[in-house]
Amino acid sequence: MQLEIGKFKITDVQFSDKTSIKNGVLYINKKELGDYLKEDSNIADVDFDLARPGESVRIIPIKDIVQPMYKVKGDGQVFPGFIGGFETVGEGVTHVLEDCAVATCGKIVNFQEGIIDMSGPGAAYNSFSKMNIVVPLIQPIPGLDKHTHEATVRLAGVKTASYLGKASQDLEPDEKEVFTYEGIVEAARLYPNLPRVAYVYMIQCQGLMHDTYVYGLNVKGILSTLISPTEVLDGAIISGNCAAPCHKNATIHHQNNPIILDLLRRHGKELCFAGVILTNESTMLADKKRGAFYSTKLARIIGAEGAVISEEGGGNPETDLMLNCKNLENAGIRTVLVTDEYAGRDGRSQGLADVTKEADAVITNGNGNQLVTLPPMERVIGSIESVAIITGGSSGSLHPDGSITVEIAGIMGSCCEMGYERLTTRLK
Amino acid sequence: MGQQRVVHYINQFFGQIGGEEKGNQTPIIRDGAVGPGLALQKLLEKDATIVATVICGDTYFAENTEAAIDEILQGIKKYEPDFFIAGPAFNAGRYGLACGAICQAVKDNLKIPVITAMYPENPGAELYAKDVLMLKTGNSAVAMKDALSRLSGLALRMINGEELGFPEEEGYIPQGCRVNIWAEKTGAVRAVDMLLKKMKGEAYETELPMPVFDRVNPAPAIDRIQDAVIALVTSGGIVPKGNPDRIESANASKYCKYSIERIDDLTSQEFETVHGGYDPVYALQDPDRVLPLDAMRQLEKEGEIGKLYDYFYTTVGNTTAVSNASRYGEAIGKDLLANGVSGVILTST
Repeated sequence: MQLEIGKFKITDVQFSDKTSIKNGVLYINKKELGDYLKEDSNIADVDFDLARPGESVRIIPIKDIVQPMYKVKGDGQVFPGFIGGFETVGEGVTHVLEDCAVATCGKIVNFQEGIIDMSGPGAAYNSFSKMNIVVPLIQPIPGLDKHTHEATVRLAGVKTASYLGKASQDLEPDEKEVFTYEGIVEAARLYPNLPRVAYVYMIQCQGLMHDTYVYGLNVKGILSTLISPTEVLDGAIISGNCAAPCHKNATIHHQNNPIILDLLRRHGKELCFAGVILTNESTMLADKKRGAFYSTKLARIIGAEGAVISEEGGGNPETDLMLNCKNLENAGIRTVLVTDEYAGRDGRSQGLADVTKEADAVITNGNGNQLVTLPPMERVIGSIESVAIITGGSSGSLHPDGSITVEIAGIMGSCCEMGYERLTTRLK
Repeated sequence: MGQQRVVHYINQFFGQIGGEEKGNQTPIIRDGAVGPGLALQKLLEKDATIVATVICGDTYFAENTEAAIDEILQGIKKYEPDFFIAGPAFNAGRYGLACGAICQAVKDNLKIPVITAMYPENPGAELYAKDVLMLKTGNSAVAMKDALSRLSGLALRMINGEELGFPEEEGYIPQGCRVNIWAEKTGAVRAVDMLLKKMKGEAYETELPMPVFDRVNPAPAIDRIQDAVIALVTSGGIVPKGNPDRIESANASKYCKYSIERIDDLTSQEFETVHGGYDPVYALQDPDRVLPLDAMRQLEKEGEIGKLYDYFYTTVGNTTAVSNASRYGEAIGKDLLANGVSGVILTST
């Protein structure tokens, strides 16, 4: 199984009368894209805004971030179940617009949308500030309930991303990267002496707008399952998760899952990538136990000797994380956990809600409670008043000069528990 | 000699009063440097002057801690110190405890920076290292020269207002603060690196040792529930409409107490949730879903409980630090006890 990713380096975004890519510039026909999105009868109106790296721009409140891409060869289409049909993806050739992202903006839950600063100190906390960002501003029809509103914006995000990705379909990419992946029997035959590593991929599907979709299915209630790493890279997992911005996995995190990418890049060299085990974080203890026991079962079926486990969100998902760790270690499968912390503004609190003694190898992606003051920006996309109610913000967050004081919990992806960024903590 | 005025604390032994037999020595304050302070002064020379030395017997300090602290604080005020140094105490237990306690007191009362130095297993370290900066030393005075040189170095940097680096580089005992920093590699790459090391049996260091939790033992069952006053407490963010006390939607800085006297049902006209961690749609429709007042009134009417307490307590448990949550829990518990409440229904979300 092989997936070739054709990368187009995007250096600027501009509105134009024709959607196209020329010399690294993504030109967008706003009307054509708007009409496409308005095919959804729940959208009353849509406008677009653009933000570029280094600009004095703050985008708030952001719901999801999606990377533009389009499949040009192989079965199915990107974002299967939403854009593509139900054919499985992960093989052939997919074009990706690098350094480019779609950030859906607007109030939905009102608490769980986040911030991106395109310059200044806030820009250090995520990779998105270094991207050319297209922001659809979606106006729902009057009276649309929150749950349908979320679904509408989610769909608009992936539609925009595939529409923009399609602009690359007849062009030659700037760079190609090929990911090869075998069935487990073949992989074991090819690399008998390399350590067999699985990835236990925890996703948050708890209902009540804490949901994630695989091939269009809300996987709340599933038994842990296997998915191939390249399917994930083709957009098989879509975020519908309205959880704290710093550590919800946005769709772009799934599309570029850095643990999967790293394991694929080391596959056949330093390790044998045995497979991806997708497992849900439920709110119910029985589901948590069932999910964790079954993840370990699957890890044993595929013959894993070690596993990286990543978390999504915080609080009760820590129980899933610890149960997965404990069960795998008890089965003789060595684990590394990837998480973040809420250790208080002074960094002195216990940063996790659950622990197990087997968790002796843990990667932390930062303390979400760290307080930062971000200077005013010349332009705000969205509404700055939202800072008073988003996670990480408070009624005193917005200062008269337009600067804001927030916990980094409010910054999109700042503590991403897939290890997408470089933030970590050290004991002082 | 420098501008900054330093007061130095040492025990009777290093103050050249005598050994164990002089442990009852009450605090003496001498102008200038004494004993190890003389060497310390040489190292500090350019920037700071030891203006006074406090000498106190370890036994006296241990047995009369409060009096000793008062006496010392009073005695050193007139020297108008900018900085305070205690020790090094090495592995002398009572000396270490005294250094920790006096540094803590000086820091809290005179509001000036303090530093001490001792062996990490000294009981003074366990008790005070969180609040008082402590340089790690060897376990006996054999390590004096090295300790003074590093102590003066750190002290000078503090005096000059420099921010200190991490404990491993600076040689102090970690103070329990987790600080955000940028790593060279992404978390994902670090995770795979760590796993490969672990699988090969090579040395690796976890980035997050498991925190230790306080365990709360459940209270015994209520004897006669039909006579008991029961209260409702929630971390689900239910507040009177408009959030009058502005409880934050995440990492709440407070809890609040609101009356439910003569209210039988929480309606969306009068109550709402401000919790930022869950989908609020259903709680906004009917706040009883998070704070079950309607059901409690029913039980009260049916005589299943004696009485529902006239107030509920509320905060937001979303990314809320454990230290804050513990504080709210203790305060709410005290208030409940004072008001004769014997049972609580605690709803989380």
